[in-house]
Amino acid sequence: MSEAVIAAPAATNPAAEQSPARRAFKRLLKRKGAVIGLAVVLLFLALAVFAPLIAPFDPTEANWGAVRGAPSLDNLFGGDELGRDVLSRVIFGARASLLAGVVSVAIALAIGIPLGLLSGYAGGLVDGILMRITDAMLAVPFLILAIALAAFLGPSLTNAMIAIGISATPIFVRLTRAQVQAVRVEDYIEAARAVGNPPLRIAFRHILPNIWPALMVQATLTIASAIIAEASLSFLGLGQQPPAPSWGSMLNSAKDFLTQAPWMAVYPGISIFIIVLSFNLLGDGLRDALDPRHRE
Amino acid sequence: MTRFLFRRIAILIPTLIFVSIIIFGLQQLLPGDPAIAMAGEERDPQAIAEVRAKYNLDKPLPVQYWLWISGVLQGDFGESIRIQMPVARLLVEKLPVTIELAVLAMIVALAIGLPMGVISALYNGRWPDYVANVVGLWGLSTPNFWLGIMLILLFSVELGWLPASGYISPTEDLWGNLESMIMPAFVLGNAIAAVMMRHTRSAMLQVLSSDYIRTARAKGLFERVVIAKHAFRNAAVPVITLGALEFGQLLSGAVLTEQIFSIPGFGKLIVDAVFNRDYAVVQGVVLCTATAYIVLNLLADIAYFLVNPRLRS
Repeated sequence: MSEAVIAAPAATNPAAEQSPARRAFKRLLKRKGAVIGLAVVLLFLALAVFAPLIAPFDPTEANWGAVRGAPSLDNLFGGDELGRDVLSRVIFGARASLLAGVVSVAIALAIGIPLGLLSGYAGGLVDGILMRITDAMLAVPFLILAIALAAFLGPSLTNAMIAIGISATPIFVRLTRAQVQAVRVEDYIEAARAVGNPPLRIAFRHILPNIWPALMVQATLTIASAIIAEASLSFLGLGQQPPAPSWGSMLNSAKDFLTQAPWMAVYPGISIFIIVLSFNLLGDGLRDALDPRHRE
Repeated sequence: MTRFLFRRIAILIPTLIFVSIIIFGLQQLLPGDPAIAMAGEERDPQAIAEVRAKYNLDKPLPVQYWLWISGVLQGDFGESIRIQMPVARLLVEKLPVTIELAVLAMIVALAIGLPMGVISALYNGRWPDYVANVVGLWGLSTPNFWLGIMLILLFSVELGWLPASGYISPTEDLWGNLESMIMPAFVLGNAIAAVMMRHTRSAMLQVLSSDYIRTARAKGLFERVVIAKHAFRNAAVPVITLGALEFGQLLSGAVLTEQIFSIPGFGKLIVDAVFNRDYAVVQGVVLCTATAYIVLNLLADIAYFLVNPRLRS
């Protein structure tokens, strides 16, 4: 009798049979802004992956006949100071931006999560020291730390990604620690400890899957900041090096030709704006879908 | 209050020590021998040896750190290789320019962010709320260096209303100073305005649903008195304190804004130093901004403590 009573709600409620990830994804799809954000991110991803097939010209090939040429049927976004096709450079530039966004956040996650787990789970002196280091890193403004790191490491896209990744790490250490402290007192963690699971197993098998949604939301929003940071470093000459295209470095050369070729500045900037806006919309949508406090 | 201050300062000191270790450690990231990197174009072994001796690079790392931090504590940040000038003097020269830019940007951020946040909360779920949210997302997603370029294109190149770049000291010509700073301040304040708008909106929504607002309305007060005197006053406190924490964002943004508008402040100083491999200047600027950020955080905490009676009791 009791079995039938317990089984009844599950049978009448198909949503209960779905995994939490599936339910969260369904909630995400109900948010227009997040869906638009996701679609645009996927579109830019496709542009970056298939850039050699989509771009009409070689992004590094100079064409003296199209130097600072206005947008036309041949060059839809016009030509730059060396006659290179701005549209092709914008398409290839998506590679540097998305790569920098994803790789630097992956670096921050790879360092930040284990340190946050250690800090939150171990507590005491280890936590105290790790938190002071995190406070110290957070005290240096994100871009200034990235500039200083990139300056000492040397200018290149790889070093810019490392610099942005390291600069973003304290955010994830703090977030992971806070989440660990919230869930470590839960009964299921107590139970895992009581049956003799070692701390490392508890941290990665039991705690991490439960704090993952919050980390995913932050990671999505940090990709947006990382893309702006990469564009900023490339704009300053500390990221992607010429002649390889990057939206930031394209804006850097564009600022010297504002009167003669304003289109050189318009399109890379719009691209940064659209991709960052899309990641922000997606991040906001993910937060609404994953965090019960933000649900309507 | 004394206990609170003591506890905050007790955390602040180790944080500052770690900041200094991180900044000192940056030098160790230089590929190869730092002395060769710092000597720049000079490949003369004697010049390299001189650099090594001058910057104590021949000594063990802990000793190097101790010598460096002792100097910093006495106001000696080293010497700029490029300008042949003490870094401390450079910092003192450039700091007021960046402070002026930051203050003007914060005024812009407050002037846009606070009213927009209030309107957004008052019209929650209606079109003014959506408009405010769109403007907020615009502010958060626009790279400020691009916005700067677009404003130069519009107001300097097309309309010719404002100077495209350059800086005039307010002591020389106040009007000229404002003309040269209005675009940079707007560019820098734009992103902070979006953050302030979001903070104000959420604080106002919280306050508007509280009992004392219901009481104020129930006793027949005019709606504008309820909003201005009862709701906004209470919502503004956490917002202004959070605004102090946005100072770090302002300093980051100032680097690019100063670069675009050729403003000779901290941001331009660090970028020029990076390209001239003037590492003492880079370390000096980073240390100063981090210390300023930590001190502002402390002041924001104290201000929040002072204005919040529940914390005081």
